[in-house]
Amino acid sequence: MTGSNDGMPPDEAVGRRRFLGYVLAAPTLVAAAELGVTASPDIRPPSPDIRLPSPEITEILDLNDMMTLAALPTSGLVTVEVHPDGTVSFALPRAEVGQGITTSTAMLIAEEMSVPLDRVRVTLADARPELVFNQLTGGSNTTIATYTPIRVAAAVARLRLLAAAAVELGSAVTDLALKDGVVTARSGASVGIGALAGTAASTRTRQVPVTLTPREDFTVIGRPQNRIDALDAVTGRKKFTMDLDVPGAKPTMICRPPTINGRVGPVANLAEVRAMPGVTDVVTVSTGVAVRAETFGQCIDAVRALKVSWKPGTAEGKSDETVLRELEAAELPIGLRPPTPVVEERFTFHFRSNSALEPNCAIADVRADRAEIWSSLKSPIVAQQAIAATLRLPVGRVTVHVTEGGGSFGRKLFSDAALEAAEVSQKLGKPVKLMWHRADDSRQGRTHPMATSRVRVSYLGDTVLSYKQRHTSVSTDLGHGLGEIITATAAKLPVGDIGFSETFFQLSQTMSYDFGSSSRLLSETDKGFNTGSMRNVYSPDVTCARELIVDRLAARMGRDPYRFRRDFLRNDRSRAVLEKAAEAGGWGRPMPAGTAQGIAFHAEYKSVSAALVEIDCRPETVGRPIRDGVAGPRVTKAVFVVDVGLVVNPRGLEAQMMGGIMDGIALALTSSLHLRDGYFLEASWDNYFYTRQWNTPPELQIIIMPSGSEKPGGAGELGVAASMAAVACAYGRATGTMPTGFPINHGTLSFTPKPTVPPVPPSPTDGLDHAR
Amino acid sequence: MPEYTFRVNGEQVTVDVPGDVRLLWVLRDILGITGPKYGCGINVCKACTSHVNGRAVNPCAVPVADLRPTDEVTTIEGLAATVGEDLHPMQRAWIDHDVAQCGYCQPGQIMAAVALVRRVAAEGREITDADLDGLRNICRCGTYFRIREAIRAGAKDM
Ligand code: FES
Ligand code: FES
Repeated sequence: MTGSNDGMPPDEAVGRRRFLGYVLAAPTLVAAAELGVTASPDIRPPSPDIRLPSPEITEILDLNDMMTLAALPTSGLVTVEVHPDGTVSFALPRAEVGQGITTSTAMLIAEEMSVPLDRVRVTLADARPELVFNQLTGGSNTTIATYTPIRVAAAVARLRLLAAAAVELGSAVTDLALKDGVVTARSGASVGIGALAGTAASTRTRQVPVTLTPREDFTVIGRPQNRIDALDAVTGRKKFTMDLDVPGAKPTMICRPPTINGRVGPVANLAEVRAMPGVTDVVTVSTGVAVRAETFGQCIDAVRALKVSWKPGTAEGKSDETVLRELEAAELPIGLRPPTPVVEERFTFHFRSNSALEPNCAIADVRADRAEIWSSLKSPIVAQQAIAATLRLPVGRVTVHVTEGGGSFGRKLFSDAALEAAEVSQKLGKPVKLMWHRADDSRQGRTHPMATSRVRVSYLGDTVLSYKQRHTSVSTDLGHGLGEIITATAAKLPVGDIGFSETFFQLSQTMSYDFGSSSRLLSETDKGFNTGSMRNVYSPDVTCARELIVDRLAARMGRDPYRFRRDFLRNDRSRAVLEKAAEAGGWGRPMPAGTAQGIAFHAEYKSVSAALVEIDCRPETVGRPIRDGVAGPRVTKAVFVVDVGLVVNPRGLEAQMMGGIMDGIALALTSSLHLRDGYFLEASWDNYFYTRQWNTPPELQIIIMPSGSEKPGGAGELGVAASMAAVACAYGRATGTMPTGFPINHGTLSFTPKPTVPPVPPSPTDGLDHAR
Repeated sequence: MPEYTFRVNGEQVTVDVPGDVRLLWVLRDILGITGPKYGCGINVCKACTSHVNGRAVNPCAVPVADLRPTDEVTTIEGLAATVGEDLHPMQRAWIDHDVAQCGYCQPGQIMAAVALVRRVAAEGREITDADLDGLRNICRCGTYFRIREAIRAGAKDM
């Protein structure tokens, strides 16, 4: 997997960079490559004699390998197009939701074609059913899966441009240099790639062999690059779904039930609400009562005015306590207690909201014979199929445009709003711009499932004999997208028919320590909740539980937590990130009482990471006054070290780690949903305490390890697990009590719950009084 | 229907809408000014932060009837023009520090940052950690640390 070309015979090094691409028949130069086929040539086929629970299945095949394997049989092409104005365009079959993949994609093209970055335009492709599994943004897989195909297409374009320039300039190709989008001959004559776009085009589709730029010649890949959409983002020009101007698509909101998935009954005052100012339509749909109006403000008023009889939902009467009992009942046996000393604990992780700042939203224009949808979707093909089925239209009559997303965190793998918008538009026969109110997004939107994790470690003297973990979770809905991939490939994996949640769990979790025989099993229960995999799915909880146990084990053995980890980690690459974190963070420095350091390790997505944090749990800090928010312990310093293999954009990678740290802090200390009487109490950001400025570490350092690897690893979610675990460990060391329930403040309700009927709060009217 | 007149980004506008409709929806749904974002509608997330007469205000909590004809509403789209440049120094600092991830919160973040720096300058002092801790704008992508760095840098050029 790793290792540069150094020491390799030159032919072999070139061979590993040689691929087949295409030039397509088109009036302008269109170069293409097959997505999937070119990726990961060194995936080893799973050997048949491996069975669960075997040690470290992830060493044979991990989630990303599976996603790449799943893509192999497809024939969809990705295309790089050169335009007469000298720009290069590429429609990325993925969703940009903030993770910076449009920028890293533009960098790959700029590198291989020697064009300036600002001349590469990356857009998001509409749903393309022929891509099958290849249009799914998840599992931090984008760069891993697209790194080679995009460069192959760009290399084909480069080759064609040079050939066309040779004719144009009357010069041999070997005497030409392509730089900054201009081809220059030895004679000094030059021509821009825009002028070559037509002559470099092909009248028929042909295969073209190319050799990719060797790593040592990179001038773009691996250099810090600001985001290509930064200017649009800071000027307000960046367009999200609700900013699009689709003719006739008026604001639409849904009046939703007071309990999770409650069903809609009769409406007492339909006529009255239809007559309210600005309201154009009111209609009952499967999830509630839809209101369409001239402004969202008038939608909110109408939703508040509706008098609806609601029927029970899918979590009626349930609370945190009842779900905890369900989890206890569903936990898989951990076996008899061995005669050796053990360290054992059960941890609880409460429901957490995976709301992005942009709420669920979509635009739909459904006509009798066709439909057009705009939404930020990480799984647009699945969305297209589901929408076509709902509307009873052929898939080919449903166009799904993938828009820029305002964050995802797991939400955008699903198409809840797009399905709803399609249904409402069809019912009304009018285009709609549908948005969930924040209260809906928080109370009815998808959540990261509540879970418990029981860990038992047995040891003797200086040796750890076994590690067992039983993770029990409310069912995670992996059914839109990732699920399809897993279902389709599960048969090829050495895991038998254990179902896709367990498959996913086994593939995404890894045991990084030499802890003897190890087993991790997942059990899921209760499908009554709207769940989704939040950033990093199972890993933050599983890793947090493990790392806390590692701390306790180290203490039991009289060892320093850092040195203990270092000695038990299984390889040098893992040790290197841990050592770097300890060194850069000043591990072991004297700290005042009530404050402490914590350190943790996590490996996933072919990457390794370590976090060191310092936390202040002194009463004056915990109790510092914060209006409409929670203060709590303050993480005063965070050092995060990561090795993801080859890095395309270090600046973007740092940003992803920074976001992951903020998530980890929230998960450990402040963010959770409280379930009571079948609904979540949290209805907005003044109830749900995601990390805020007052929780942000004033000192933050992210270190990217140099790597000789030729391959990128995944990074979009990688930062969360080690961060959460390090904060939890630091809290345990500062207070002298290992936390076992997360977030640590879940037991205290820090707000007055908003009513559930009407389902959304009124907007305040005193805004000008707070001008500051 | 009643008409309301005020100024937005240097131009006078008149809208025909019930007076209790909040300014956020007048901007976005009627005037097509989409820089200010919706994140809560109850003045807690601060994604919609804009300026009224140079001070930070959350238009999701301002009935349009509260505005007078002379009131100057500035959204992110009009920020640069207040200094007569293509980009306001704070926007430039934001780009230099590569702050935005998804970008959804960023118009509000920048407008809040500019108001904070003006306020602190009016008090004749430098930005402190406590000032930055006091910013209430949510960023669900977790860009907080770069926001802090960008504000300190942008303040120097304001
Ligand atoms: S939408 Fe105005 S503060 Fe949240
Ligand atoms: S950049 Fe995404 S919410 Fe702030």
